[in-house]
Amino acid sequence: MSTYDRSMALTGQPPKEINLNQKIASIVGMLGLAILLLATFNVSFPNKAFWLTLSLVSISGGTIWFSWEQYKGKYPGIKNDGVWFKSLTNLGFWGWIAGLAITTFYVILYFFPEYLGLVNGGDNKGVIGLFDPLSKALSGNPASQWFVYGALYTVAILAFGIKFMWKYRHNRYERIRTMSVMFFQTSFAFLIPEFMARLNGSSVLQGGSLPFLDLKNIWPLNYYNFESYRIKGFLSSGDIGFAMLIFAILSVFVITPFLTYKFGKRWYCSWVCGCGGLAETIGDPFRQLSDKSVKAWKIERWVIHSVVVFVTLMTTAVIYSYLGNDTSKYWLTKTTFLLGVAALLTLVFAWVMIFKRDQLQKDAKYGAIGYFVIIISLIAIHFFSGEGHVFLFKSGALRKNYSFLIGSIFSGVIGTGFYPIFGNRAWCRFGCPMAAMMGFQQRLFSKFRITTNGGQCISCGNCSTYCEMGIDVRAYAQKGENIVRSSCVGCGICSAVCPRGVLKLENGPLQGRIDSNQVLLGNDVDLMELVNSK
Amino acid sequence: MENIVIIGNGIAGVSAARHIRKLSDKRIIIVSAETDYFFSRTALMYVYMGHMKFEHTQPYENWFWEKNRIELVNAFVNKVDTENKALTLDGSRTLHYDKLILATGSKPNKFGWPGQDLHGVQGLYSKQDLDLLEVNAPNKEVCKRAVIVGGGLIGIELAEMLRTRDIPVTFLVRESSFWNGVLPEGESQMINEHILEHHIDLRLATNLKEIVSDENGKVKSVIIAETGEELPCDMVGLTAGVTPNMDFLKDSGIELGRGIKVNRHLETNIPDVYAIGDCAEQHEAIGNRRPIEAVWYTGRMMGETVAQTICGNRIEYKPGHWFNSAKFLDIEYQTYGWVFSERGMKDYEAHFHWRHSSEKLCITVAYNKETEQFLGINTFGIRMRHEMFDRWLTQEKDVNYVMQHLADANFDPEFYKHHESAILSKYNSDRGTSIKPKKKSFKRIFQLT
Ligand SMILES: Cc1cc2nc3c(=O)[nH]c(=O)nc-3n(C[C@H](O)[C@H](O)[C@H](O)COP(=O)(O)OP(=O)(O)OC[C@H]3O[C@@H](n4cnc5c(N)ncnc54)[C@H](O)[C@@H]3O)c2cc1C
Ligand code: SF4
Ligand code: SF4
Repeated sequence: MSTYDRSMALTGQPPKEINLNQKIASIVGMLGLAILLLATFNVSFPNKAFWLTLSLVSISGGTIWFSWEQYKGKYPGIKNDGVWFKSLTNLGFWGWIAGLAITTFYVILYFFPEYLGLVNGGDNKGVIGLFDPLSKALSGNPASQWFVYGALYTVAILAFGIKFMWKYRHNRYERIRTMSVMFFQTSFAFLIPEFMARLNGSSVLQGGSLPFLDLKNIWPLNYYNFESYRIKGFLSSGDIGFAMLIFAILSVFVITPFLTYKFGKRWYCSWVCGCGGLAETIGDPFRQLSDKSVKAWKIERWVIHSVVVFVTLMTTAVIYSYLGNDTSKYWLTKTTFLLGVAALLTLVFAWVMIFKRDQLQKDAKYGAIGYFVIIISLIAIHFFSGEGHVFLFKSGALRKNYSFLIGSIFSGVIGTGFYPIFGNRAWCRFGCPMAAMMGFQQRLFSKFRITTNGGQCISCGNCSTYCEMGIDVRAYAQKGENIVRSSCVGCGICSAVCPRGVLKLENGPLQGRIDSNQVLLGNDVDLMELVNSK
Repeated sequence: MENIVIIGNGIAGVSAARHIRKLSDKRIIIVSAETDYFFSRTALMYVYMGHMKFEHTQPYENWFWEKNRIELVNAFVNKVDTENKALTLDGSRTLHYDKLILATGSKPNKFGWPGQDLHGVQGLYSKQDLDLLEVNAPNKEVCKRAVIVGGGLIGIELAEMLRTRDIPVTFLVRESSFWNGVLPEGESQMINEHILEHHIDLRLATNLKEIVSDENGKVKSVIIAETGEELPCDMVGLTAGVTPNMDFLKDSGIELGRGIKVNRHLETNIPDVYAIGDCAEQHEAIGNRRPIEAVWYTGRMMGETVAQTICGNRIEYKPGHWFNSAKFLDIEYQTYGWVFSERGMKDYEAHFHWRHSSEKLCITVAYNKETEQFLGINTFGIRMRHEMFDRWLTQEKDVNYVMQHLADANFDPEFYKHHESAILSKYNSDRGTSIKPKKKSFKRIFQLT
């Protein structure tokens, strides 16, 4: 043993090669992708419906078969063997290639849809053309790049959702939550809006036409939901349109706060949301890549809260710009609206400062900064805006910038494209204003917490490593503290991978939820008092 | 300013340092020879299995130490000179201390087997052992078979590790059933089955006679004592327990037994020298605990205790109710209070055992035959809430009460199947009782009024 050289750089090896069936399954999946690729390069397929079906079936079939081969002979339990040895999942060569490929796809999708075959006003070509039959069958309209995207997105969540359920089959929380995500993606995000589009112009809507709406896509994630054209769309579409508008407003002010109070933000982020759904299924192999350093946490808080401030101001400005000044026409005028927003924010701010100051500690300062930025901006909007413009900008310009920077670049290109680089929830963690707002509530006013099981933690670090939100779970667990963090999406993976049964996600009484004391059981009680007295 | 020197940057030494820093401004120096920074020894297996990188096993970021003014010295202590209060580092340098904390941990046992120092023979304790394993058993081509000697917690971890790289493993266990010195029969039996399920060649009641060398001084095979069978192999893992790491203290005047002898205040016989963690041996065992407790959380608790003493508040080491946990391949194990195996069972102790009909789940509850007092519980595949059992043990609840309120103690993730009623119906039929399970109540769990 003495000859052993300490300085040798050693890395492990992946446990097993993939087997023959997995190779065939990969080929099947690749063939499906190849059809899409050929279509993109304008190979014209005679029977589009047939080739499209063949393509989607082989993509999902290949994925599912591959996963089955991967997990079939194994006992239920943690399946993270070799994660850090594979170049796809350890920031190695294939990781970067995958990141590059997905990013390229997003850039084309958002900014150059014509390369995918989008033709405005004519027959689509390319891969978008290939999807025309499906789109027509659902909504009656030709496909768009968004339809293609939505369809592929749904296929990904379904196929990789099944993989995820096999991988975590020892854990019913994971399985049920994944079924939920698969359901919401297929119905609410994909099918229902397409069916609703069929109704446009029909008598049910009194001849109006609804804007495309994924009902579960709530402001501020759906940052454009209260724009003028959409409001007009809702209001023109009879009772159904009106009901949908009311639902959209209730979602923001009643449903979301209520469910977040009862269950934490996980009800949305890990059970309903499509972005979360993609992250948890196809993105699951990359969760360990999120940065756990304190520095990353600092950056996270600045970035995400800036996004919240921005989206609030932008939405206010957009709504402001289309409201009138005449009270006799409509009770909601520019001035009442601004006052209303300011009053609401002040109420929330005052409530937090009065009742929840202690829990916020240092963050209170940043909250205050955010609040005053918004209020001052609101005042400025009032004094320096005229018809159709806010300050010196056209009101649309703010919105366009947001939509470009946050909606496209952040949530799509970086958020998803960089799964293999920054981990699967980079968007949810750094960019999503919806997550930030619910997180704020989760931290201060929710029954949800991750309970730490007394003194059982052995500081192994599995929980922190596999937390996709970059939360250093171990830092709390090893001190016996509960984990109550605004960014926690309640995916439950930290609890699933903990080898000592230390963590439990639960909704319990508010009292004693945030216990910053070290309640390490098994210790002498007097000692615990001493340890905590400092 | 007082100079506190700590030897060993494991959980014991680091806990002591952190708490001394919390309580005082003393100068703190940690000397350790294994790694630059504290890491979690319990997580070594996950690095080999590819679940984590080594850096993930470090609970604190590297800037933490400087920020908290804890000085780290990577050096080996050869000698402690208690008369002059000085240490010799790496054979030459001298370091003075005002107070010295020994937190030197353990080393793997070697029982003088022939061939135990050959190439390819190793223990699993340190970071160096982990690196060595990458040399001895990087894959199934280099290591066509591994033999593990010693059926304890580290042995089964090593077996699990090697299996993730598809390396065939033969597991020699001295006992007639896995870990049955600690686990009651039913549980030990279930783990035997699970080991076989994972295609590990488990040899019970089997001892190692000799490790055979090839012409290059590398292991070639092992010979089994009982049968004389020779098993060819490329790697031998010695995992027959650990002993305190204290060879360098031989001539220091510090009293040594099996470990470094300490009193309840964790003081050695020499003033200003303390010992904590795996290396410390109590003069007299505390309750049912062993005099040397080689587990993670006791190291942490001793560190916290000694920090108080050093900062002027001299207190005793008073661990609360015993608990522990481990994992056998896919099966999680937790224990609260005392459940002894048939071998170590007290006269007053009786057991209730339940095992699931198809899944690998079971529990054993120990109680006092005469007084019905609840003594402890072992659970396999079911997570339990530490807080509840800690409280019930303190309140000396009787076993019927505990059985009735099992749902309060369940700590499985949400939506998991519950087994309380199955457990209780077996309990009722075993004991002729007719207890009905109570529903889980947050009010009781969190003692809300
Ligand atoms: C593979 C494995 C798995 C385990 N799993 C669990 C588990 O699941 N649960 C549990 O409770 N416990 C577990 N344990 C036991 C637990 O890790 C130990 O009880 C704990 O780490 C002991 O901590 P310590 O601080 O006393 O000593 P150590 O962590 O051993 O630290 C002592 C340090 O001192 C250094 N040192 C010693 N002598 C000198 C010297 N002369 N000069 C300089 N440096 C020196 C050593 O190199 C070492 O780095 C496990 C142990 C192993 C090996
Ligand atoms: S803390 Fe746990 S539940 Fe929350 S996001 Fe991280 S891994 Fe998921
Ligand atoms: S909570 Fe569990 S996974 Fe996290 S460090 Fe502790 S023992 Fe490991």
